[in-house]
Amino acid sequence: MAIASNETAVSNSRFIQVLIYLTLLLFALFYLLPFGIMVLNSVKPLAEITGGNMMSLPVVFTLEPWAKAWSTAQIGVEANGLSPYFWNSIKMVVPAVTISTILGAVNGYVLTKWRFRGDTLIFGLMLFACFIPFQIVLIPMARILGLSGLAGSTPGLVLVHVVYGLGFTTLYFKNYYQVFPTELIRAAQIDGAGFFRIFWRILLPSSGPIIVVSIIWQFTNIWNDFLFGASFADFDSQPMTVALNNLVQSSTGVKEYNVHFAGAIIAALPTLLVYIVAGRYFVRGLMAGSVKG
Amino acid sequence: MSFLKIENATKSYGSVEVLHKIDIEVQEGEFLVLVGPSGCGKSTLLNMIAGLEGITSGNIHINGRLMNGVHPSKRNIAMVFQSYALYPNMTVGENITFGLEMHGVPKPERDAAMARVANMLQIDQLLDRKPGQLSGGQRQRVAMGRALVRDPDVFLFDEPLSNLDAKLRVDMRTEIKKLHQKLKTTTVYVTHDQIEALTLSTRIAVMHRGYVQQLGTPQEIYDSPANVFVATFMGSPAMNIIPAQVVMAGDHPSIEVKDSSGKPVSLRFSHPGLAKWKDREVLLGIRPEAITDVEGADRKAQNVQTFTNLVDITEPAGSDTFVTMTLCNQAVIARMRSDIVVAPEQHFEFAVNMDKAVVFDPQSEDRIQLD
Repeated sequence: MAIASNETAVSNSRFIQVLIYLTLLLFALFYLLPFGIMVLNSVKPLAEITGGNMMSLPVVFTLEPWAKAWSTAQIGVEANGLSPYFWNSIKMVVPAVTISTILGAVNGYVLTKWRFRGDTLIFGLMLFACFIPFQIVLIPMARILGLSGLAGSTPGLVLVHVVYGLGFTTLYFKNYYQVFPTELIRAAQIDGAGFFRIFWRILLPSSGPIIVVSIIWQFTNIWNDFLFGASFADFDSQPMTVALNNLVQSSTGVKEYNVHFAGAIIAALPTLLVYIVAGRYFVRGLMAGSVKG
Repeated sequence: MSFLKIENATKSYGSVEVLHKIDIEVQEGEFLVLVGPSGCGKSTLLNMIAGLEGITSGNIHINGRLMNGVHPSKRNIAMVFQSYALYPNMTVGENITFGLEMHGVPKPERDAAMARVANMLQIDQLLDRKPGQLSGGQRQRVAMGRALVRDPDVFLFDEPLSNLDAKLRVDMRTEIKKLHQKLKTTTVYVTHDQIEALTLSTRIAVMHRGYVQQLGTPQEIYDSPANVFVATFMGSPAMNIIPAQVVMAGDHPSIEVKDSSGKPVSLRFSHPGLAKWKDREVLLGIRPEAITDVEGADRKAQNVQTFTNLVDITEPAGSDTFVTMTLCNQAVIARMRSDIVVAPEQHFEFAVNMDKAVVFDPQSEDRIQLD
């Protein structure tokens, strides 16, 4: 992202430039180091880790820890690896992200283009959701899940994440639609388009960047969530994060660090992938509305 | 029965009334311009006609149908917005036919209507482009195409030319006028530009502070403004408004003003009826073009009064030269031929066409009716 072009950048001497880049490089390496070590150790046999230096390159290259973490590692009482939990996470994340994004978009649309009495108050209350710590909602949420019969199920987790994410997605879409010209809505009304037709045909096709922001944000948060997963999931609906914890914390036998590393990487991979694929839209979407043009 | 009838219409936001008992009747085929400074309520009134804003009290009829509470899409109107409001994700062709599509018109008919309109507005070659790829003038045409294709009862224009540069604005103005002459569709057009109002309209409603100050033909508005606001708002440069005294010269009334040295100048008034205002203060209104040099005075004028006064400033403007002098301690502008020989700081003989002069009551600022 070259935010400052040649014309706007303050010109500085070659020495300072080199210094800046060196510092940046150093920091980048520093932040990449843990991930690098994880990757290195996930492709070593266990003996190399326990018997030697964690920092050294693998002598024998093996993908066996990856295979084990994925399909045969002991997690809880079962020895079927992380794969079932990976699919649990997917089954939870995809509907939760989709529903919260769609609802957020509709909320943003209503709050900016179909204003009603008390709408700012309602928006304020929704914003509140962004600032409430997870722990506060645990008990009320458990009660609601219990009453609705969704406790310990994937739909229950989807509900929790949709409710919790709604504040953020609404905020994103509201800010985005705030600067969307109202005359377009009026023109569409005169043309005879109704509430949903305007949303579907006029607003949504112009919402690409903010949809990406919402998806990345929600995907990352829901995928990485541990607390709700640990609190509200059953054995057969546990998400990846909880399973990873169980894998690493299991107290029987030898600690298979290489398998743990591989498992941790597998758990982090989807969010990494989403960010790499859609990251540039993320920044663009966050900037939209704040900067004109 | 008039085609568009606005009856006692008011609009309030909470306890603030922004439009007060508006009564306007428009005949079929008329071109009504709502003109006024920003905040006068003209756009609100247009939105009320369109149905985009509710009406607090009163009635609006279009083509004999009561429109209160009727959805904008069911009023058979089409609107051109100031920002053009073209759907950014659709091509020009889709923009134009979106309304027809929403009204369930089958595709072949839509395409035929689009071709007809595109041809009329010469935008055939733009149909596959997105609005973002068009220039301001082209967008303006597309916005008009979107309105035309509906074949509506009433066209509504909301300051459609204010985003264009000066030259294009004049071109498009002519184009809109041409279009109206051809289609004869009833039109309501909002603008703050008095030249647009005068050139386009068959009738003008001058609005100020939520009231219609005057409703009339461009000629009526220009020659017989109802009050000082209308007089100074319409016309550029604005009408000169000079505080003056009515005096009697024999049994005929004259208007006395003071020149730059404070010497009284008596201007014989054309209408004897002003005698009623003997020895009272009035506001004399004279258009700049009614003040000229002696040779330049209108030959058909019955009553031309001349006097000598000091010239303050001369401003050559190509086709005209504007000459500023002082009467009653107030700057007064005269519009003269461009080849006039006149220099500042010198005395010059001015001729005033008193046939065109109007007088206003200084208290109410309404025009004094003399018939």
